Amino acid sequence: MTAFLRFLINGVSLGSVYAIIALGYTMVYGIAKMLNFAHGDVIMVGAYIAFCGLQYWGFPPVAAILAAMVVCTVLGVTIEGLAYRPLRQAPSLAVLITAIGMSYLLQNVALMIWGANPKSFPQTFINSSTWNIGEMSISSATVITILANIVIMIGLTLFTAKTKMGKAMRCVSEDRGAAELMGINVNRTISATFAIGSALAAIAGVLLCSSYPILQPTTGSMPGIKAFTAAVFGGIGSIPGAMIGGVLLGVIEILGKAYISTEVGDAIVFAVLIVVLLVKPSGLLGKPVREKV
Amino acid sequence: MTKEKRKRLIYSLVTYLLVIAAFIFLQSMIANKTISRSLKGQLVPICCWIVMAVSLNLVVGISGELSLGHAGFMSVGAYTGAVVSGWLLNGFDVQDTTLRLVLAIVAGGLFSGIVGALIGIPVLRLRGDYLAIVTLAFGEIIRSLVNVFYVGTADGKLHFSFLQKNMPDAVTMLVDGAKGAVKVKPISTFTAGFILVLITLVVVLNLINSRAGRAIKACRDNRIAAESMGVNVTKYKMMAFVTAAVLAGMAGALYGLNSSTVVPSQFTFNQSINVLVFVVLGGLGNVLGSIISAAFLTILPEMLRAFADYRMLVYAVVLILVMIFTNNPTIRSWVNRLTAPLRKKEKTGGDAQ
Amino acid sequence: MTQQKHRSSTKMVPMPTYSIVPERDVNEIPVLETRHLGIEFGGLKAVEDFNLTIGKTEIAGLIGPNGAGKTTVFNLITKVYEPTTGAALINGRDLHGMSITQASKLGIARTFQNIRLFDKMTVEENVRIGLHNRIKYDMVSGILRLPRYWSQEKRQHEKALELLHIFDMEKLADEEAGSLPYGAQRRLEIVRALATDPKLLLLDEPAAGMNPHETEELMENIAKIRDQFQIAILLIEHDMNLVMGVCEGICVLNFGRVIAKGTADEIQANPVVIEAYLGKKKEG
Repeated sequence: MTAFLRFLINGVSLGSVYAIIALGYTMVYGIAKMLNFAHGDVIMVGAYIAFCGLQYWGFPPVAAILAAMVVCTVLGVTIEGLAYRPLRQAPSLAVLITAIGMSYLLQNVALMIWGANPKSFPQTFINSSTWNIGEMSISSATVITILANIVIMIGLTLFTAKTKMGKAMRCVSEDRGAAELMGINVNRTISATFAIGSALAAIAGVLLCSSYPILQPTTGSMPGIKAFTAAVFGGIGSIPGAMIGGVLLGVIEILGKAYISTEVGDAIVFAVLIVVLLVKPSGLLGKPVREKV
Repeated sequence: MTKEKRKRLIYSLVTYLLVIAAFIFLQSMIANKTISRSLKGQLVPICCWIVMAVSLNLVVGISGELSLGHAGFMSVGAYTGAVVSGWLLNGFDVQDTTLRLVLAIVAGGLFSGIVGALIGIPVLRLRGDYLAIVTLAFGEIIRSLVNVFYVGTADGKLHFSFLQKNMPDAVTMLVDGAKGAVKVKPISTFTAGFILVLITLVVVLNLINSRAGRAIKACRDNRIAAESMGVNVTKYKMMAFVTAAVLAGMAGALYGLNSSTVVPSQFTFNQSINVLVFVVLGGLGNVLGSIISAAFLTILPEMLRAFADYRMLVYAVVLILVMIFTNNPTIRSWVNRLTAPLRKKEKTGGDAQ
Repeated sequence: MTQQKHRSSTKMVPMPTYSIVPERDVNEIPVLETRHLGIEFGGLKAVEDFNLTIGKTEIAGLIGPNGAGKTTVFNLITKVYEPTTGAALINGRDLHGMSITQASKLGIARTFQNIRLFDKMTVEENVRIGLHNRIKYDMVSGILRLPRYWSQEKRQHEKALELLHIFDMEKLADEEAGSLPYGAQRRLEIVRALATDPKLLLLDEPAAGMNPHETEELMENIAKIRDQFQIAILLIEHDMNLVMGVCEGICVLNFGRVIAKGTADEIQANPVVIEAYLGKKKEG
């Protein structure tokens, strides 16, 4: 029973990381109607920046995280402006291929800068201690990740509901043309979405590496794909959906690895994606879309 | 004969002639021993990658669906080929390598086609980005499953399992989990590769220029209109997808039987992207372009050692630039204006208007 | 409002389905019959209680102000949408649960308000797609170029040119469909729809974007097509000259409901229709 509970908590923690990443996917998908394949690699860049801050530049942990967020925000907005904006009217196939190209570009640039050897992510306040509850010991990283997820969810929900930019985002995601006619600057709204998504990706990168401290250029790609799965699972475009999808997926993955087989853990996650898409393509909380004829 | 038909016929003829000429040229180089060792070693892989690129082009370029798991089908073919060849040798003592190769390739194509159909039934109901991500997911599922897959042969019988302990004692292992297919006898030949390329060309080019091919293109250009004309969209998307899977499986069998081991890490997502780069660079829907870019980009890293290190980096930039240049309206109209004088001449020369 | 609700609750009794054209043979099964057809989008009734009967070789018009639900009716009949209430019957066969493709095979063909040609294919190939279920051969004959491939390809080609001849478009056969001028694209859509050998042809604003001369020509051609192919035609159009000139019966839709049915003269004199188009006259 204790073992099960520990797996469950670890699952929720891993799921929280997925949820934070999934937010980036779900917001960009909702607003720009594109699958930003490079999002997972922004996580990796964020983790590397934080790593450099802690290891080489002597930053305190909070400063390192902030530096990672700033770099990722700039990176996200730049990617959007250079690669995706010229393709706003292009078929989705072209945009998707561009995004895949961007993902590869980030991975290979990271490979050139930091090399292929895995770096071990340093200890910070996030993962320095373990707490014992009864017979169960929980790493502080697990708890902090879950807490961070909750704070981010609440913050983001308030942001989209209350602020002007948040409302603009909802408008653009509903009907881009109408939003433009109402005087909303669509390009700026999309840039802001990328900025927020990328800043969150930096946080996710640090949290991910605090729990799984191995950092290499491909670190972001698998969690990225799984987070997209989580976003689809919860219903793409929906913020609470991303949270539920992420947490469920994390739990499924950890339990699958623990009780079925370590090697096929990923296969189980993807099988979940496929089943969800077949049974309820709009996800748990998503709305079905109708094509205009 | 109409002008359009003539254009297509010439295109097909040029494609066939180029491939045949390249084969004859390379064969004469082999006969004269003027071919470099590294290029000779690349001949069969080049054929495999050409088949991969042309078949993926059928899905991405002609059918208009982005498949990110094409390497998965290649791995299915490679494993099937290795198993069939090993089984024939160990179980039935078939020494004729040509027979083994042909049967292995056929089996690889067949099995990959079955897997393609099983995947296609659910996947092709989805659209656009979802379809891409699910094909990716399937590619990864296939890879994780082969990682824990064991096949052995004993007394002419095949034994499969996902657990090594289920294998009988006196067994010759053919597929050994994460170690991959082991002790494969390399029997692939350049001639076999050339024939496979020709078969692929016949299938894909003839399919494109037929009733079924037009239906596939119609579904790509406008799904609702195609359905309204009575075209069964799922059927034709499936046709393109499964045909591509069969061809990829055949290429995989050839590829697997070209070396002594087949390991799961040969068929990662990166390989799927590699093939996608061939297709995008050669032009979506352009078969000849796929052939040239697949051949060229397979040899290039061998020729330029320095390039090999930056290969993926260059590929990434190429993908992005090609997409932006071919799809951005501003850039396109700019290019159109530059080439306008050239095209005007062509138009007045023709009899169309 | 309450009155409307009352009416929709008494749907159990089938209303007498009368044709717009009075002298139609009542014993003949109509090409199209809709019974209380309706659809809701998230609580909004886009089309409600739509009843229409079209006999063989009739030309009917569907008119109404923008947003009245005309195209939605087309989408219901062609099964782009599954209706939430009522039924549509083609030659007496209920379309319930059918796909767009199946409906097409029963003999419905349509054009689209926002043209949906296969842009990157040639004009001739576009028509060949229309012939898809009429002149067939399987994939294997296509790949192996068996004799059947050659004979059927030839038949397709000849039939395509024959159909293109209706609008004198044979010369454009090799052009890319997307590169044609607007009017020619609309005509090509009609040819492509005719290629499917329909019993009922639905034209969604066929004259949109055409000049008066082209519209005139189209009018003649619509009548010609009906005579030549012996099919029923239902068209949506804002050009009243065309509608009044060619349609034998007209159905007026407003806010998703039929507000009037009748011949051109009746519709023109109908005060409800005038009100829907021009707004209510101020009292006093």
